[in-house]
Amino acid sequence: MPARAQLKASAIAIVAAAVTAAAVTGCDANGGTPVRIGGATGRVLAAHQVLHLGNGTEIQTLDPHRNEDVSGSNVLRDVYEGLVNEAPSGDPEPGAAESWTVSEDGKTYVFALRRSARWSNGDPVSADDFVYGFRRAADPKTLSAYTFILSPIENADEIGAGRLPPDRIGVRALDDYTLEIRLANATPYFLGLLAHSTTYPVHRASVEKYGIKFTRPGNLIGNGAFRLDEWVVQSHIKLVRNPYYWDDPHTVLQEVYFYPTENVPAELQRYRANDLDYTYDISTAQLPWIKREIPDELYVAPYLGSYYYGFNTTKPPFKDNPKLRRALSLAVDRKVIVEQILGAGQPPAYGWVPPVHHYEPQQMVEASWTQEQREAEAKRLYAEAGYSAENPLQTELMFNTHEDHRRIAVTIAAMWKRVLGFEVTISNQEWKVFIDTRTQKVATQVFRGSWIGDYDDAFTFAELLRSTSGQNDPGYDNPEYDRLLDAAQAELDLERRAELLEQAERVMLADMPILPLYFYVSKHMIKPWVQGRQSNIMDHDLHKRFYVLEH
Amino acid sequence: MIAYSVRRLLGAIPTLLVLVSLSFFMMRAVPGGPFDKERQLPPEVEANLRAAYHLDEPVYQQLGRYLLGLAQLDFGPSFQYRDYSVTELVMTGFPVSLRLGGSAMLVALVVGVAAGCFAAFRQNSAADHAVMGAAMVGVSIPSFVVAPLLILAFAVHWHWLPAGGLGGGSIANMVLPVVALALPQIAYVSRLTRGSMIEVLRSNFVRTARAQGLSPTQIVLRHALKPALLPVVSYLGPAAAGVITGSVVVEQIFGVPGLGRFFVNGALNRDYTLVMGVVVFYGALIILFNLLVDLAYAWLDPKVKLQ
Repeated sequence: MPARAQLKASAIAIVAAAVTAAAVTGCDANGGTPVRIGGATGRVLAAHQVLHLGNGTEIQTLDPHRNEDVSGSNVLRDVYEGLVNEAPSGDPEPGAAESWTVSEDGKTYVFALRRSARWSNGDPVSADDFVYGFRRAADPKTLSAYTFILSPIENADEIGAGRLPPDRIGVRALDDYTLEIRLANATPYFLGLLAHSTTYPVHRASVEKYGIKFTRPGNLIGNGAFRLDEWVVQSHIKLVRNPYYWDDPHTVLQEVYFYPTENVPAELQRYRANDLDYTYDISTAQLPWIKREIPDELYVAPYLGSYYYGFNTTKPPFKDNPKLRRALSLAVDRKVIVEQILGAGQPPAYGWVPPVHHYEPQQMVEASWTQEQREAEAKRLYAEAGYSAENPLQTELMFNTHEDHRRIAVTIAAMWKRVLGFEVTISNQEWKVFIDTRTQKVATQVFRGSWIGDYDDAFTFAELLRSTSGQNDPGYDNPEYDRLLDAAQAELDLERRAELLEQAERVMLADMPILPLYFYVSKHMIKPWVQGRQSNIMDHDLHKRFYVLEH
Repeated sequence: MIAYSVRRLLGAIPTLLVLVSLSFFMMRAVPGGPFDKERQLPPEVEANLRAAYHLDEPVYQQLGRYLLGLAQLDFGPSFQYRDYSVTELVMTGFPVSLRLGGSAMLVALVVGVAAGCFAAFRQNSAADHAVMGAAMVGVSIPSFVVAPLLILAFAVHWHWLPAGGLGGGSIANMVLPVVALALPQIAYVSRLTRGSMIEVLRSNFVRTARAQGLSPTQIVLRHALKPALLPVVSYLGPAAAGVITGSVVVEQIFGVPGLGRFFVNGALNRDYTLVMGVVVFYGALIILFNLLVDLAYAWLDPKVKLQ
C-alpha cells in the first residue's frame, strides 16, 4: 500500500476505533473503572488495534468439531460463534442465537437466531447451518473426540456408536432462523455446552468444497468476530476483523495474533521485549522475580481445575484400605505446597470439585482442623491400618516429568517420612508413557493426576470417579457414589440435583480414593495497555471485548 | 564425477530403506500412542481414528503403505496437526531452517576460519590464547544459556532486536537465532582450522614458499588454506545437515517454526508420520552433504581419487 493511502486508512481506523470504543465504554482489565477515551483519565486508544497473544502449544486444527486443545479453542472462539457465548460470570449469554425458550420438561430448546448474523463471506447464518454442524460433529466419520458434549441431545450417542445415521440427531430447523434441539434427558448445564466448539456451525459449502483444507486461510469461512488471515504452523495465526459479524460495530480490535509459546520462560522474555502483550502461562520458577519486579502486570484468577494424587484402589496396599489412604492424605500439609512451592495463590484443596456454579464446595471433615490435629489423626489411622516403624508402608509415587510435579512429590515424600515414618519411592515418566501406565492401573500405586473441567458444572468432575468412567484411574468403585450420580442426572430440580452431587462428593471424600492437593489458578502477564479482559473461571474470553490503549 | 555421484545416490537408497524401517518400528515400540490423551476417546471414535490412519492394519502392511507413499514423496497425514500433511509441514519448516541454518553455517565458516588462521599464525601468543579461550567458552556454553542471554541483552534490555518469531521473514528477526546457532560452530571451526593450519604451516611446501619470499597472506591464501581446510570440510558436512534441519533449543526459545521443533513435538505427541518424515528428510540430507564433502575433498586434495 502506498504511504499516503496507508496514512489515510489508519486515520480512518483511529476515528472508527475511537467512536466504537466510546460507544461501548469498556472496563479495564479487572472490570474496574470505565475508560473515558481522551477524557479525564487521559487514556487514549492506540491507533493500531492489534493484540499479540502467547497461546501455548501449536493448535491441532481449526476444525471446531475436531479440536481438543485449549489453545485451539482460544482461536476458534474468535473465528466461530455458537448459539450462546460465555458471559464473564460464566453464565450463557446470547451468541448466534438472540434468545431461546426451554420446554417445561427441560427437554426441548427452541433458539431464535439473529437475522443479522453473517458468515465471513456475507452469507446469512441460518438454522440449517447449525443442523449441518450438529450432524457433522456427531457423525463418527468426522472423528471428533468431544462427541460427549453432544451426548445430552436425542440420539447423539447412538449416532456416535454408528447405530443411527447422523440425520437422526435431535436437532432441526423449524424455519430459516428457528432451531429446535431435543434432549434425551433434561440437562441443566446444556446451555453452557453450547459455547463449546463441538457445537459450532460450519460453512457447509466450503467444507464440502475443500474437504480437510477448509480450515486454511482463504478457505475458512467462520461466523465469529474475526476471520483467519494467516496461519503459519509453529509461527503464528493472524486474525483480522470480520466486517460481516453482527456485532462488528462494537468490535474495537483490528487484528489478533496468536503465537505458539510452548517454552514458558522464553514466552516471558518475548513479553518483556514487548513482542507479546499477553502470556499464555507463567513458570513457577519465574514467579518470585515477577512479583518483585512487575507485580502490576501479573493476573491470577481461580481456574476450573483440580490437582490431586490418586491411589490405585484396585491393588494392595490401597485396595479396601480407606484408613491408609486417609492417613496419607492427612499427613500432607497443603499450605506448604501452595505457599512454599507454587506461590501463585492456588487455594489448597480439601475436596475434589473446584468452586463451580450452583454447587456448595465440599471438604473432607478434617479440613477445619489444625495441621497438628490432622497429623495426629494420620498417625492413628496409619497404625490402625497395620503399619508401624518396624513394618513401614512400601509404596511408589509416580508423576509425569515436570519440575513443579517433582518438587511437589519430593516435599510430600518428606512429609510422609516425617509424620508417618515411611519412605516412598519416587519415579517419573514422560507424559504419554505416564498416562498409558496410569490408565492400565497395574504398575501404579500413588500417582499424580489433574482434571480441568470441560464446562462450568460439578458434573464434569463428579463423573470422573464413576466406576465406569474411562478417566477413573484410581479405579474407584462405590455403588452408592454411582447411584447418587445417576439420580443427579435424572433430577430436574437444580437445587435437588446439586444436593445429590454434593452428597456423592461427601461419600467419595470419606473413601478418599484420591488425595486432593490444590485447585488451579489461571496466570497471565498482561501489558497495562491491554484492556477489556473479562475471563471467566474457565479462562475463556472473547477478543472482540478487548481494546488497546496508546503506549 | 557425475557417474560417481549417481552411484553414491543409488547406493543411498538401501541405507534410507533401513533407516525408514528401523525408525518406523522403533517409533511404534515406544509406549503411549498418538491418541492417548488425558480424556480417553470413546471406543467407536478411537476405532474410526485408527482406521483413518491405517493403524488397524498389520504393521508390515503399514510399513508397505508408508514406503509406497514415500516413493511418491507422500509422507502421509500428520496425526497431531490434523489440517496438514507431513509433506506440507516439512516444506514449511525446511525453508525456515535452511535460511537460519545456512546463514549460521556461513557465518561460522567465515568467522571460524578467519579466527583459526589468525590464531595459527600467532601460535602460543597472547592473541592465540585469547581466540582459543573464547572458542573453548563457545564450545562449552550450551545454546539454552546463550540464547536467553542474547534475548535479555538485545531484546529486553536495549530493545534493538525482536525477542523471537519470524516477523514476516525480516533480517532483524534472524540476527539473534543465527548468532545463537553460529556461536558453537564458530568455536569448532576455528579450533579445527587452527590445528590443521599449524600442521600445514610446518610442511615442506610452505617452507619452500617462505623461502621464495612470499608474504604470509599470499602463503595462506594461495598455498596453505586449501589443505588446511580438509578437516573443516569433513566436519562441515554433518554439522551443516544438523544445523539446517534445525536446532530444537534455539527454535523453541526464539519461537521459530523450523524442522527441529516439528521433530521434538512430533516425538512427544507420538505423531508417527511427522517424526518419520523429518527422519527421512534428515537422513537424505546427511547422505547428500556427505557426498558433497567427498566431492569437495577431491577438489581440495589432489591425492583423493573418486572411485
